[in-house]
Amino acid sequence: MTARLFTVVGGMFLLTVCSKGDQSTVRAAPAPAAQPAVTPSEAGGTITGKIKFTGTAPRNRPIDMSEEAACKAKYKTNPPVEETVVAGPANALANVFVYIREGVPASAKYQAPATSVVLDQNGCRYHPHVLGIMVGQGLEIVNSDPVLHNIKAIAKKNRPFNVSQPSAGMKTVRTFSAPEVMVSLQCNVHGWMNAYLGVRPDPFYAVSGPDGSFKITGLPPGTYTIEAWHEKFGTQTATVTVAGTESKTANFTFAAR
Amino acid sequence: MTSVFLIAAVLLSTQDTTAGKAVYQKWCAGCHGDNGAGDGAGARHMLPPPRDFTGAIYQIRSTASGQLPTDADLMRSIDEGLLGTAMPGWKTRLSDRERRDVLAYIKTFSTFFADTTLRPKPLDFGKAPGGSGVDPLRVGRQFYDSIGCRKCHGDQGRGDGPSAPTLKDDAGHPIFAADLHENWRFNGGGTVEDIYRRLRTGLDGTPMPSFSDLLEQKFLTDTELWRVAQYVRSLSPDQPPAVRDVIHAPRISGALPRSPDDSAWRAADAYWFPLVGQVIHKSRWFAPAVVGVSVQAVHTGDSIALRVVWDDRSQSPDTAWLAHVGRVLAALASDDSTREQPTGWPDQLAVQFPVAIPSGMERPYFLMGSTSAPVYQWRWSSAAKGTAVSGLARGIERFDPIPGGGTVVGAQAVYDHGQWRVVLTRALATSDTASQLPFRTGRAIPVAFFAWDGSNGEHGTRMAISTWYFLALDEPVPARVFISPVLAMALTLALGLLVVWRAQHKTSFRRQQ
Repeated sequence: MTARLFTVVGGMFLLTVCSKGDQSTVRAAPAPAAQPAVTPSEAGGTITGKIKFTGTAPRNRPIDMSEEAACKAKYKTNPPVEETVVAGPANALANVFVYIREGVPASAKYQAPATSVVLDQNGCRYHPHVLGIMVGQGLEIVNSDPVLHNIKAIAKKNRPFNVSQPSAGMKTVRTFSAPEVMVSLQCNVHGWMNAYLGVRPDPFYAVSGPDGSFKITGLPPGTYTIEAWHEKFGTQTATVTVAGTESKTANFTFAAR
Repeated sequence: MTSVFLIAAVLLSTQDTTAGKAVYQKWCAGCHGDNGAGDGAGARHMLPPPRDFTGAIYQIRSTASGQLPTDADLMRSIDEGLLGTAMPGWKTRLSDRERRDVLAYIKTFSTFFADTTLRPKPLDFGKAPGGSGVDPLRVGRQFYDSIGCRKCHGDQGRGDGPSAPTLKDDAGHPIFAADLHENWRFNGGGTVEDIYRRLRTGLDGTPMPSFSDLLEQKFLTDTELWRVAQYVRSLSPDQPPAVRDVIHAPRISGALPRSPDDSAWRAADAYWFPLVGQVIHKSRWFAPAVVGVSVQAVHTGDSIALRVVWDDRSQSPDTAWLAHVGRVLAALASDDSTREQPTGWPDQLAVQFPVAIPSGMERPYFLMGSTSAPVYQWRWSSAAKGTAVSGLARGIERFDPIPGGGTVVGAQAVYDHGQWRVVLTRALATSDTASQLPFRTGRAIPVAFFAWDGSNGEHGTRMAISTWYFLALDEPVPARVFISPVLAMALTLALGLLVVWRAQHKTSFRRQQ
């Protein structure tokens, strides 16, 4: 008797819980848009820096594209190599993702830009090789090759995906719902194709250029833990305090391995 | 109010999952691990490895790429199992209640299922368009090429495409592109509908992408994508191959077909035999790449020819597959104290007979005999594909070629788009009747098969094996076979007439009285 009563009561609870759940989902959906987003101040603080490495950079492996004549034809002068370590003059290190790991108040909400970040598949390689994106911002994946690419995102905090683009001119737009450093992007048709995507809840990130330099702007005053991430050399952190519109420097040096 | 609901929800969910946990720990944790991370005790003895539930990434879904599976999707995998993998179906092993409970428990391994914004929504798959015959299949083949299926699955669909050797799953484990000629091994089922669903949803966590976007972008129509599914289905036989124990070798009047592509083979029946990993002797092998061999046999009264056909994604040794070999060796638990280095091993085949036709039921040990009771074998290797070696195996690790070569075993082999076709020939008679089996017609001759895929890391004791089957060389059909039915019919007729005559005779006799 008691068991039956419990089942009935439990069932009623379950029904109520489920229906409430539905309602709250429906109601919650437009909420983020209604919330006023903080626009990063143009006049905020700036962190710049240069990224270098010590030691000898490992040689990037050559890519054999003989299976894809259309891609191979795009490399008339320089045969394609992998982009594991892209070094500039004086041991400058490109393709390092630099972001604020800690220090941005959790309450601050930043609106994702309406424009998408573009990831181009050209010559059977991803351009760019390392990129940043905000939560909710579109990642526009474009195929500039007349061959089949599949784009597989391997993620832990975000849902993964794996879609195909068999011809030139195809476009797919995807978004990411949670911060994650890094999401790995791969093409399984061309085992050498990979890219790394840093997903952030704020716009305070950058990727180091060919000269190893980066710049993060519009920071509100505060003390920040900055992390620099490299696919081969790992991560490094630095603590930087920014006040007003001042510009601070944070240089990183990785040890080649 | 909300807090009351929360408490109720927590209570209810703990109730569900306590029962589910008990089922899980008893039946699932051995492979999937106590914490659902796919790292149970048995995990390193299987490829593909067991699902890691913590990421909530599932291959077999009715939802778009990246979405969670529905409960019905998960229940399907629990009920039916995943064909071609170590995952069995549980429908007949666990009660409905147990399966529902364990499903609820599996979902607790990932926080994604608790996120109400991620509620899975099944795609609308519609129905397969009508039309049959060559044209729909031709359309299917056209799009098979244009959407790039052949890149991994190969030109003829045997999983031997140019990208096949590089394929890895999300965890970096080696993964094969499916051999599309073996639909009975497709993880998500082998019907046209199953195949179409996999094309739409992709197999998350694997290299197989979703092709749904192509419909939205009008690269192809829904009907055309269905045609691809129908084409893929057409590559497999209507029914999975049935295992028949006895290979009948008809006696043919023409020349012995020594070439694998001799037209005489078209008339001979093919017998399929499943192979499994050799897990009896160290070093054991849990991930055999050759899942079965198809065998035909004919004889001329003087000689016998055996044609063995099997699908193999690579013509080993092939340097393109070396990295794959490394991944296979790294993924599997090994009996060796030091891990083997990937090497360019060849593909191999062994056909095994007893040294003489046994008179009773006793046969030598199926796994390559023993020291006291050896077996007679023909061994072929892709390293010298035009020859075969005959010898005696005395246990799995000892093969002694017959000195001087013995009675010649001929070999011809063709590798063609992911398939080996090997013909082995020998004279029926032999001068060494003690150890080199003399073939006789009308007798059940035990036979067994062993295969190695070098590009899957197979060599030595790491191989795929079968049990004993039989080979029967048909005798020439004697004339009495044709005469006896005629005689029997004539006799029946005569007896019938006699009965009728007697009955009539009796009736007329009574009437006279």
